[in-house]
Amino acid sequence: MTYAFDHAAAPTATPAGRTARRKALLRWIAVHSLGVAAALFFVLPFVFLLLTSLMDGRQTLTRDLIPHHWAWSNYRAVFETPGFLTWWKNTLLYAGLGTVLSVVSSVPVAYALAKFRFRGRNLSLMLVISMMMLPPQVIIIPMYLFWAKQLDLSGTLWPLIIPLAFGDAFTIFLLRQFLLTIPNEYLDAARVDGCGELRTLIKVVLPMARPGIAAVALFQFFYAWNDYFGPQIYASDTPASWTLSYGLESFKGAHHTDWNLTMAATVLVMAPVILVFFFAQKAFVEGVTLTGVKG
Amino acid sequence: MSTTYTLRAKHRRSALRTLAFLSPWLIGFCVFFAYPLISTVYFSFTHYDGFGAATFDGLTNWSYVFGEYPLFWPALRNTLWLVIVMVACRVVFGLGVGMLITKIKTGVGVFRTLFYLPYLAPPVAATLGFVFLLNPGTGPVNSLLGDLGIPAPDWFTDPSWSKPALTLLAVWGVGDLMVIFMAALLDVPTEQYEAAELDGASPWQRFRYVTLPNISPIVMFAVVTGVIQAMQSYTQPLVAAKVASGNMGNSGQQFEPGYPDKSTLTLPQLVYNLGFQRFDYGSACVVALVLFALSMAFTALLMKRRGGLVQAGE
Repeated sequence: MTYAFDHAAAPTATPAGRTARRKALLRWIAVHSLGVAAALFFVLPFVFLLLTSLMDGRQTLTRDLIPHHWAWSNYRAVFETPGFLTWWKNTLLYAGLGTVLSVVSSVPVAYALAKFRFRGRNLSLMLVISMMMLPPQVIIIPMYLFWAKQLDLSGTLWPLIIPLAFGDAFTIFLLRQFLLTIPNEYLDAARVDGCGELRTLIKVVLPMARPGIAAVALFQFFYAWNDYFGPQIYASDTPASWTLSYGLESFKGAHHTDWNLTMAATVLVMAPVILVFFFAQKAFVEGVTLTGVKG
Repeated sequence: MSTTYTLRAKHRRSALRTLAFLSPWLIGFCVFFAYPLISTVYFSFTHYDGFGAATFDGLTNWSYVFGEYPLFWPALRNTLWLVIVMVACRVVFGLGVGMLITKIKTGVGVFRTLFYLPYLAPPVAATLGFVFLLNPGTGPVNSLLGDLGIPAPDWFTDPSWSKPALTLLAVWGVGDLMVIFMAALLDVPTEQYEAAELDGASPWQRFRYVTLPNISPIVMFAVVTGVIQAMQSYTQPLVAAKVASGNMGNSGQQFEPGYPDKSTLTLPQLVYNLGFQRFDYGSACVVALVLFALSMAFTALLMKRRGGLVQAGE
């Protein structure tokens, strides 16, 4: 990576060189102080949450910020709350199975949109983008009636998981953006060697598309992990089907004044996301960049 | 004769192949997009409470939502407020942070990670955290402001501060925009800065005449996607209102929507409120269609080919 603003002064011993060096140093200090200020804005909320999660219940209602005694047992209490482990299981099912299904079904679609020439390709792409932009609330009434009245699946997470087996617009769009960056020469070479399209996709394109697939898989996983609206529509009456995001809000209800336990649960819901991020930073950044930059 | 035949066969084979590759999405499009969308239009003209069959009801739902439903106009106003203010704040702040990160030379990886983290925080968790942090009585933010002698607002419990509080939460999660802006800023040709500097351009002039024109498509992209996001505001305002009002139960308890004083009510919440709490599916579909019209208008803007936002071809 090169930085467009890199104009470091030449380190010469002349007076002019010295002024330039002092100016560069001042600029370094200014930029990095600003950086530290911004970092505090982004990080302090996490620190406060963490500290609160380690207080005893009474201290959360005072103005003291540092726990009087570090109540690590709060975390055990959260895990022992009835339902909490079930929410984990449900969330992993929704996020895990949903991600696998959406990636498997979206890959061929994205491949066709990126690499095949056919009539209606631009129209298809426009429809994919429209689907991506559609607020879920627009179609929720007929969808709910379809799953609840016709298939009797309300109270479960299946109405959220099954549609993902038929491609996900956001996943298709991002994957297509990524596949555009793979040069056609590789595909032509495989075709000349007598590969069919499916074999070209599996043997040639997929190995090259691994970073893109990792990015969309992470996005899909965290979409499901964070989803509140879907579980609220289909599973709200069935606590055994709640996910972490949905259950967390009710957790605050069950523990009315226990901000410490609520914050401990909040930390536990955030932790896996942040942990995964540290292992897969590149894929995240790749995914975000794909949404905006590469045409 | 035979060449035309094989050519046609080849065309047919390639058309079938395309169809096969697209088939998961084609099914998904019909079942989970086209069919429910048409049904939403149909239901908006019927009376339906979930029992029996839907009965045709003409424009009753439409005139009810626009004329009598007391929550519709406040929700539309709130949604537009969020669309304008939240997006403006996020884009300006995201661009600022993006520029800052391109200038940081020491520990850039650490800074970038720290700036990005809030974007990952699950919305419910982040909202719960912010309601606690901004709690007027015991929250650390108001304690700090009090120690500094700054009069602290009541945030999520004051109707005139609840939307700014939501905006603050959205600005905190600006990491996605930072990454997009950073990538765009690093793509600006260095020679243009050097040329501008030789011409004696001030930092502001370099920003105005070199940086901005180069990144304007990305700014536009951030604005339009931000507008679509803001229009869909659902989880954060709902959770904030529930928690701040001290009425958090997921089942049973009656909850005043939009607490405080309807200030956090948004259009997507109305769909839920009308459909799943009052079982007035028809009116819920009217609000859903208003939301649809708004989001499609902005999507069209996003897809305007010459705008260069999302290129359809290669």
